[in-house]
Amino acid sequence: MDINDIIKPENRVYKRPALLNDTHMHYCPGCSHGVVHKLIAEILEEMNAEDKAIGVAPVGCAVFAYNYIDVDFIEAAHGRAPAVATAIKRLQPDKLVFTYQGDGDLAAIGTAETIHAANRGENIAIVFINNAIYGMTGGQMAPTTLLGMKTATTPYGRRADLNGYPLAISNLVAQLDGACYVTRQSVHTPAAVRKAKAAIRKAFENSMAGKGTSLVEIVSTCNSGWKLPPVQANEWMKEHMFEKYPIGDLKNV
Amino acid sequence: MEEVRLMKGNEALAHAAIRYGADGYFGYPITPQSEVLETLEDEMPWETTGMVVLQAESEVAAINMVYAGAGCGKAVFTSSSSPGVSLMQEGISYIAASELPALIINVMRGGPGLGTIHPSQADYFQACKGGGHGDYHAIVLAPSSVQEMCDFVSLGWDLAFKYRTPAMILADGIVGQMMEKVVLPEQRPRRTEEQIRQQCPWATTGKKGRKQNIITSLELDDDRMEQNNLRFQRTYREIEKNETRCELINTDGCDYLLVAFGSMARICQKVMELAAEKGIKLGLVRPITLWPFPAQQIADAAKGCKGILTVELDAGQMIEDVKLAVNCNVEVKHYGRLGGNVPTPDEVLAALENLFINK
Ligand SMILES: Cc1ncc(C[n+]2csc(CCOP(=O)(O)OP(=O)(O)O)c2C)c(N)n1
Ligand code: SF4
Repeated sequence: MDINDIIKPENRVYKRPALLNDTHMHYCPGCSHGVVHKLIAEILEEMNAEDKAIGVAPVGCAVFAYNYIDVDFIEAAHGRAPAVATAIKRLQPDKLVFTYQGDGDLAAIGTAETIHAANRGENIAIVFINNAIYGMTGGQMAPTTLLGMKTATTPYGRRADLNGYPLAISNLVAQLDGACYVTRQSVHTPAAVRKAKAAIRKAFENSMAGKGTSLVEIVSTCNSGWKLPPVQANEWMKEHMFEKYPIGDLKNV
Repeated sequence: MEEVRLMKGNEALAHAAIRYGADGYFGYPITPQSEVLETLEDEMPWETTGMVVLQAESEVAAINMVYAGAGCGKAVFTSSSSPGVSLMQEGISYIAASELPALIINVMRGGPGLGTIHPSQADYFQACKGGGHGDYHAIVLAPSSVQEMCDFVSLGWDLAFKYRTPAMILADGIVGQMMEKVVLPEQRPRRTEEQIRQQCPWATTGKKGRKQNIITSLELDDDRMEQNNLRFQRTYREIEKNETRCELINTDGCDYLLVAFGSMARICQKVMELAAEKGIKLGLVRPITLWPFPAQQIADAAKGCKGILTVELDAGQMIEDVKLAVNCNVEVKHYGRLGGNVPTPDEVLAALENLFINK
């Protein structure tokens, strides 16, 4: 049988999601951002939400998320994505509104906006990329940086006495009455990717159903910031990150 | 239906916004302007017009909610007082840079720092010279009566939408707190989603039947970023050409010219009466737009006069623009009270006499 007999539309099992633009991504090889972008594009397509989705991009490595995911987007100031999403959803309640944020954006400069949007029970979905570092600005300490972890601003490793403790902000959000769904996932294996996809889809459905705030944390890698090649970064994440940030649902009502 | 009411300037702002057909208000309490949010919560416009009213967790959140609402093509606004408006500066810069229409109200109190809850005009520089980072301007309107607090809401939004730029109502605590008769305009309907899609084709309304819309101020290509800046500047020149507003009172053939805005312009009208009794002919220029500044009007009014006195509730801010306006061809002096104090008309007249006549 000739290879061209197999390459036919009816035999196709996988394709680029229609809402993921066919362009080069600026992410480093192995970075989790690209995988999560693809999941979001897939889910929006599967939910037929292309006309009603409005995304909120962060300040961080994903600042250009709007160049890759082909729906309407507002680029928020650093940390303010949940406030931006609050207004979009309140003013256009029929829209599917989601934010996409890193750990510096969501858990440092934007902590107040995160907590208060979730506490008000805004009908938004928050996708939270926790790579334990500030990727965009060159690998400085994040609130989620592990103790002992070396970064540009903790060159000898994060110390509790100098820098405080890693912040498991999803656990905090799970305490809030306005949050309906808080879960921690990862995208380091095909099985994990499928689970992460189901979680993000559920969060998006909650936004449309008006159930309250959903937060999906994706424990992620930052190869450049961690100074590790992709495979080793995944290994390091499994060994170190999952202990402080265990995978699983924190709240599901 | 139009309605005549007696109310505070801050209350007039809230009523005017509802009647304009506003889509949303986002704010955080601070004296002396909390009546704006309180009045809105009391009126419950979400039950009548469908307007959203939200007490935000901070002024930072509030201005970013305004940024988002404006990005959706909605008529949204916030109000605050000096320290809160300082917190909003990053957001205002984003709104200007993303070419979004929004209304921001500052009912000024005395600073710096936590300062005082009493009136001031000391945020003139912040409002007119940028405030936030980058080369941008907001249109700055200075009401001097409760009626203007009401009227400048619709004027501010109309200009903001026309030029896709933030507009600011820069009121002082006196105008916010004083009670006067006001004619409230008729209730206008809020725009429908269809109307917004037509009027604001750039807005993030969901990409139904069109390409993706993106609201962003980020541009890492230097040449494109320069082009963006040049476009902003062209808009500012248009605004300067078309929208400069001021009121001239008895400026023809005056001996001395007063320049004052907001509550100080009201006090200066009394100063003119007192001066007339002493045979001193005073004229008054009241800038209505502080940016764009009525420089030409002031230069024209100052021709032939012996001196100009700016009367401000600050240590001398607008005086810089007045000096530029007359190119130092006329002597310009400043008189102001600080710390929440308000000068009496006698005090201002005495200052004028000391600075110019008896010197
Ligand atoms: C007000 C403000 N402060 C600081 C910055 C600089 N800055 C840009 S991105 C960033 C950190 C981003 O880290 P994170 O949110 O973890 O996202 P990542 O890049 O790791 O995906 C910082 C501090 C900024 N743009 N604005
Ligand atoms: S710096 Fe880190 S977070 Fe940013 S693209 Fe590279 S790997 Fe991803």
